[in-house]
Amino acid sequence: MTEQTPDVIGESQPRGKERSQWADVWRQFRSHKGAMMGAFVLLFITFGVTFGPYIWDIDPTKLDIRNKDWRPIYMPLFSCSWTDWCIPPESLERMKYGWAHPLGTDNLGRDVLATLIHGGRVSIAVGWVAMALAMIIGTAIGVASGYVKKLDGLLMRFTDLVLALPLLPLLLVIMLLFRDTLRASFGPELGIFILIVCVIGATSWMQTARIVRADILALKEREFILAARSIGTPPLKMVTRHLLPNVLSPIMVSATLGLATAIITESAISFLGLGFPSDFPTWGKLLFDATDRIQNFPERAIWPGLMISLVVLAVNYIGDGLRDALDPRIRGR
Amino acid sequence: MKLKTALLGAAASCALAPMAFAEAHEGERGRDGNVSIIYWQAPSIMNPFLSGGTKDVEAASLVLEPLARYDETGNLTPWLVEEVPTVENGGVSEDLTTITWKITPGILWSDGTPFTSADVKFTYEYCTHPEGGCAQLTKFNGVSSVETPDEHTVVVTFEQPTPFPYGPFVGGESPILQAAQFADCMGAKAPECTDANFNPVGTGGFKVVEFKPNDVITFEANDNYREEGKPAFASITFKGGGDATAAGRAVMETGEFDYAWNLQLAPDVISEMEAAGKGKAVAGFGPLLERIMLNNTNPDPALGPDERSVVRPHPYLSDPAVYKAMSMAIDRPLLVEVGYGQAGKVSCNWVPAPPAVVSTTFDCSTQDIEGAKAMLEEAGWVDSNGDGVREKDGVELKMLYQTSTNAVRQDFQALIKDWWEQIGFEVELRNVDSSVFFGGDPGSPDTFQKFYADVEMYANTFNGTDPQSYLGNGTCDKAPSPATQWQGENISRFCSEEYDELYAKLAVTADAAERAEIAKQLNDIIVSNGGMIPLVHRGRLSAHANSLGGVKLNVWDSEIWNVADWYRIKTN
Repeated sequence: MTEQTPDVIGESQPRGKERSQWADVWRQFRSHKGAMMGAFVLLFITFGVTFGPYIWDIDPTKLDIRNKDWRPIYMPLFSCSWTDWCIPPESLERMKYGWAHPLGTDNLGRDVLATLIHGGRVSIAVGWVAMALAMIIGTAIGVASGYVKKLDGLLMRFTDLVLALPLLPLLLVIMLLFRDTLRASFGPELGIFILIVCVIGATSWMQTARIVRADILALKEREFILAARSIGTPPLKMVTRHLLPNVLSPIMVSATLGLATAIITESAISFLGLGFPSDFPTWGKLLFDATDRIQNFPERAIWPGLMISLVVLAVNYIGDGLRDALDPRIRGR
Repeated sequence: MKLKTALLGAAASCALAPMAFAEAHEGERGRDGNVSIIYWQAPSIMNPFLSGGTKDVEAASLVLEPLARYDETGNLTPWLVEEVPTVENGGVSEDLTTITWKITPGILWSDGTPFTSADVKFTYEYCTHPEGGCAQLTKFNGVSSVETPDEHTVVVTFEQPTPFPYGPFVGGESPILQAAQFADCMGAKAPECTDANFNPVGTGGFKVVEFKPNDVITFEANDNYREEGKPAFASITFKGGGDATAAGRAVMETGEFDYAWNLQLAPDVISEMEAAGKGKAVAGFGPLLERIMLNNTNPDPALGPDERSVVRPHPYLSDPAVYKAMSMAIDRPLLVEVGYGQAGKVSCNWVPAPPAVVSTTFDCSTQDIEGAKAMLEEAGWVDSNGDGVREKDGVELKMLYQTSTNAVRQDFQALIKDWWEQIGFEVELRNVDSSVFFGGDPGSPDTFQKFYADVEMYANTFNGTDPQSYLGNGTCDKAPSPATQWQGENISRFCSEEYDELYAKLAVTADAAERAEIAKQLNDIIVSNGGMIPLVHRGRLSAHANSLGGVKLNVWDSEIWNVADWYRIKTN
């Protein structure tokens, strides 16, 4: 055998003192600059939308038609008189802006900063919960079909079936069937939240399931599994102790991608009128609402767009860093 | 003093200047060169009987003409006939079953042959041919025969008394075809006559030179046109395709085109285009009304599919104080400003046009939040449990407000929700994809016909100027229900004996003034008894170049109905 197993490399490295595996992972993760940046941005945005409403306590649905179409406070920075590329001073004078609405107001006088904060709450919550749901379903199905040979064909054909389902008609049907029931038992907003999260979760686990199954099939043939089996490890213990930790890195990576997809899917659903009520801001909806007036008020599209991009980018970088950190072959190099 | 006189003189000459221009547009045919028109939906055929599309009907109206048509105020105007037949002038029989048209003598087709009653009779046979799929067949509904006693007389006979006999041969959708050209194109062969369908011979001010389907049509002035000195333009370039924004820009910002049709754009976008100074937007108002329908039945989801939105009454919308307060709390001028700009007007009536049938009973242009609150208090709707929502006898004023997905409608929803919550309602908003909402699928719970909500907002209109069939949408038997597969036009499920009786009277009344009076009363009954809350009377917006004169935007007929009267305004 010419290939050295990673475990041997890990063991042969000199060590100052005994460290746990997770400390190693963290050390490796920290050395990935992009991932650290991503983690910082994600944390900042998550804290911002969680505690933001306590600091910036304007109601995001409050209409103030007399103060509509305010521009962001930074508009004067783009003003000059010596080139055509910037805002001429005379049109700056006609603009309304001020600290009362730092990012301006929309065409009905709603504060853009407040809608951005509240929209972020929903978008990020939907993203996390839907992603967690998709991961749980995907991992369970992937492990079951990879480990239990009898279930393999059945579960994978089921995965193919779900993959082949067109998402939009499915969403329509689910909305029609369950909307009124959920609305009656949880209220319009929580009911729709549960529905959207379940719908996104239930339609985005398939990639994860396939990846996990493939990895489990490969792992099953490895010597350490044979060793574990030979000492009589029960099947459940095999999965939790030996298999799951080894497929954690692909799961983590697909989880980060899943978070991004969930945020984007929620935007699309809301736009089609299937999601939250129209006065309930989410980033996707803010973005879509802004497209009509993107020429005159680009900031209304830029800010929610930037937020979605930042979160998705941050999460992807974190995924990248996690993959490196969780892979013992790369760790320590 | 001298200076003042001089200034007065200058002012007077300025005031007279437009009149001078108006005089200057008389002259010989074809003196003003070319005019370019852009329709962002491209015409694909020049025969309106084979296409229901507005774009095709309007392009064809440059060539083909009806016996009579509606002018820009919605009045019926004789076109190829001497006068509009009525009961008074003997043109319509006393029993309301026949109408006799007298064709103006001396009218020629563009190929020089005379226009006769045989062409009119032929058009009837062409459209009602049993093997043909005539798009305008409804215009000939109820016609039993068309007779031609002589070459200038046409007698249309109906199967039953028809108080409004102006369906056949009236308006841009029912023009006259030349019998000689289409004689071999009857029935199933109609679509095969490409040459005739693309280059019809007409009586209008222009004739087709070249027709490229879905692209450009070139017209030139008709030498045999009946009016001396018209049209002023020698040719028309009629371009189709693109989108409303591009069409608006082409007229108002770049000046490449002289006329752009139907610009469905937000008011701020239009005003920005107008600021470029090359052209201006003109609005025309048909009977299109944006309204909030009030559900007269109970939409409670707890009810079964056979009872939901079928059984009466609604828990609280049957109380006049509630719907009157809801209407009072709405600031309609603001809605117009936010959503439609110059293409909208405040409306308090279900029938907002034509002017002859518009009721003047109501005034709703001022918002009165305090008055609305007081009205609710007085009727016993108070917030006794302190949750910010008024209630009475255990019924809370909580409502679901649905509409189709559309940026303007969502803005309206947000504003109206805000006002209604100020007077003590709790409002939940829902928007449904337009294709589902207006789709009419009996299997979907989200259609506007099912009305599984307390209130819903949309726009509706009627064709022509006679509101009879539209007013028929308010009778009890038109309410959608499972028994009718949820079909039916009485969306609010309004039901009143008084209304039904009055409507029956309208259907047998022929006198125009009396019909208008009944129409007004019907409108008042439905608006004041909780059928709906009218919001905005919506218009159609088109744009023309500043140098194009004579444009009279017509929403009752083809928009470019009077193209023969258009002229170029000379600026020097």
